[in-house]
Amino acid sequence: MSDVVTLADGAGGKASRRLVERLFLEELRNPLLETLDDAAVVSANGTRLAFTTDSYVVRPLRFPGSDIGELAVNGTVNDLAVSGATPLALTAGFVLEEGFPLDELRGLTRSMGRAAERAGVAVAAGDTKVVERGAADGLYVTTAGVGLLDPRVELDARRVRAGDRVLLSGGLAEHGIAVMLARGNLQLEFDVESDSAPVHELASALCGFGAELRWMRDPTRGGLATLLNELVAAAGASVVLDERAIPVRDDVRAACELLGIDPLYVANEGKLVAVVSAEAADDALAALRAHPLGAQAALIGEVRSDDLPLVLADTPFGGSRIVDMMVGDPLPRIC
Amino acid sequence: MRFVDEYRDAAAARAVAVELADVAAGLPHVKLMEVCGGHTHAIYRHGLDALLPENVELVHGPGCPVCVIPMGRVDDGISLAEHPEVTFTSFGDMLRVPGGRHRSLLEAKARGADVRIVYSPLDALALAVREPERQVVFFGVGFETTAPATALTLRRARELGVENFSVFCNHVLIGPALRAILDSPDTDIAGFVGPGHVSTVIGTSPYTFVAADYGRPVVVAGFEPTDILQAVLMLLRQLRAGTARVENQYGRVVRPAGNTVALAALEEVFEVRDDFEWRGLGAIPRSGLRIAEDYAHWDAERRFEVPGARIEDPKACRCGDVLRGRAKPWECKVFGTACTPERPLGTCMVSSEGACAAYHAYGRHKVLA
Repeated sequence: MSDVVTLADGAGGKASRRLVERLFLEELRNPLLETLDDAAVVSANGTRLAFTTDSYVVRPLRFPGSDIGELAVNGTVNDLAVSGATPLALTAGFVLEEGFPLDELRGLTRSMGRAAERAGVAVAAGDTKVVERGAADGLYVTTAGVGLLDPRVELDARRVRAGDRVLLSGGLAEHGIAVMLARGNLQLEFDVESDSAPVHELASALCGFGAELRWMRDPTRGGLATLLNELVAAAGASVVLDERAIPVRDDVRAACELLGIDPLYVANEGKLVAVVSAEAADDALAALRAHPLGAQAALIGEVRSDDLPLVLADTPFGGSRIVDMMVGDPLPRIC
Repeated sequence: MRFVDEYRDAAAARAVAVELADVAAGLPHVKLMEVCGGHTHAIYRHGLDALLPENVELVHGPGCPVCVIPMGRVDDGISLAEHPEVTFTSFGDMLRVPGGRHRSLLEAKARGADVRIVYSPLDALALAVREPERQVVFFGVGFETTAPATALTLRRARELGVENFSVFCNHVLIGPALRAILDSPDTDIAGFVGPGHVSTVIGTSPYTFVAADYGRPVVVAGFEPTDILQAVLMLLRQLRAGTARVENQYGRVVRPAGNTVALAALEEVFEVRDDFEWRGLGAIPRSGLRIAEDYAHWDAERRFEVPGARIEDPKACRCGDVLRGRAKPWECKVFGTACTPERPLGTCMVSSEGACAAYHAYGRHKVLA
């Protein structure tokens, strides 16, 4: 580990994981934090609550399909939803830079309000801090959320068994590619929009499968690949993906090809990944597909018991390869 | 997706594999080198080794431009980036490459150096125009593939009279690297899958010496699964027939004479260095480019003090053997232990296109299992 923070530490891959485990977890260790799940489970008077927080520093503040306000609501709603919880209330903390236009702030806050309404959740408390010009990049938002855990499910990677199936709710990489293109320095023109959306209804549909639903996550930073690597490490089993079954829109795939970036490592903001029992897989897939956000849902892989917990992909050519955790940010290759 | 999906068609690939098995049946154990890191990456990513006959072995060549930059040159880049007036610009994948003392440009950036990722040298020039108070330096890295873009940018800088722009030139040439591999003792490589991207610029004639002087066939190939398999098939056919010629599998992109406009730009802007150090291979005569006298004003090595320290390749690392086809990545003692993609010791682990990194990322389960 470098002795200063580098951008790779925030990219959601191996470096981020190491920073969390070797610094934050060491200093703050407690049973709630130790699981390192998207949300912590807090019990009070027999009620189980999910509790989570996330900060948003995306540039640009607006990009095709979404903006930082909507993202800040959907991201936290999704962390609660994939923990098996119904979102109850959010908080929002703003760090604003001196000189930030109020019109812009109102627009982004309005977008936040619309997203909260769509997800059926209230922004119930907030905080504002203003820093000197140059001390923040326009605006940062931190949201936290609390949700009521669905009593029908107990989501835990350790409940994942060989033979279980892996489902994905729709096409990969739309958010990451939309933001990368919106930064404007690639001079590529694609009509790719961020997939930012609340997945709470999809998650809730899957919770109906009770104990047959083993585990859920949303593949944000680090993408599907990083998420599945976290799963296999926690579950002590392998996941074998069928590459051809993984949905990626044609234009998104083309952008990834041009940039030399693997869509498996690109961020999503409106998708979920679920592991369900083999018996429930077909019905769970149908339940996802019945929702407009899950129309492209697919069965993308299977859990296997292996000596080495790895994520593997069977290629159409009869070979197989490892799908490793992301090392740092996905950087476009030289040639 | 057109122009991609056709070349990833599994049925077409299997059909080539059947022919491959047939042609290979009459041959002894054959070692072929894919020169370009792009090929190495594609072979592992698509699991193409599963379709190769048992007696055909692919070994990985020196064609990963990020990997072959010696640690001393990375340190020189970092030292340039640390000048307070300098904005140091680079392609993204150079940023993680560690120099001596394990420091990378990414770390220099975290410590306050002004390091920025660009997607083209022209972006770096535009940055210099936009920020005239900064000294913008571009980290010129790559084979003849990326060198023309650097050349055109230097030409443009001169036309526009941009005073605050310069290039730290580390461009290298593929031909001398192949010759160095062929000249090394006990080379048992029977033929070469030629690099596709480089050949779009230089054409196919620069490989003639491989066939004429060393009696090895070369087939320039594209980067999709069926391209690579077809190129292997073409090589095996030549070996069966006992011929050694340069063939072009990538005809949809590569012209025999290459890109004459790009070649003229290289000729005008660069001159060949007497020798240049390659990570893993050592100094190779006439294998690197530097900025010609006419463009000296835009040469970062002339404008700034550059330490120019040489740093030995780590002793434990067998990259030199891997690059010459004498060892497989997993035969190196430090592979996957002291040397990983996050903390690479040797050149082949540095970029995703390096042989060790590609094997570590995609194929290590086959060895560990």
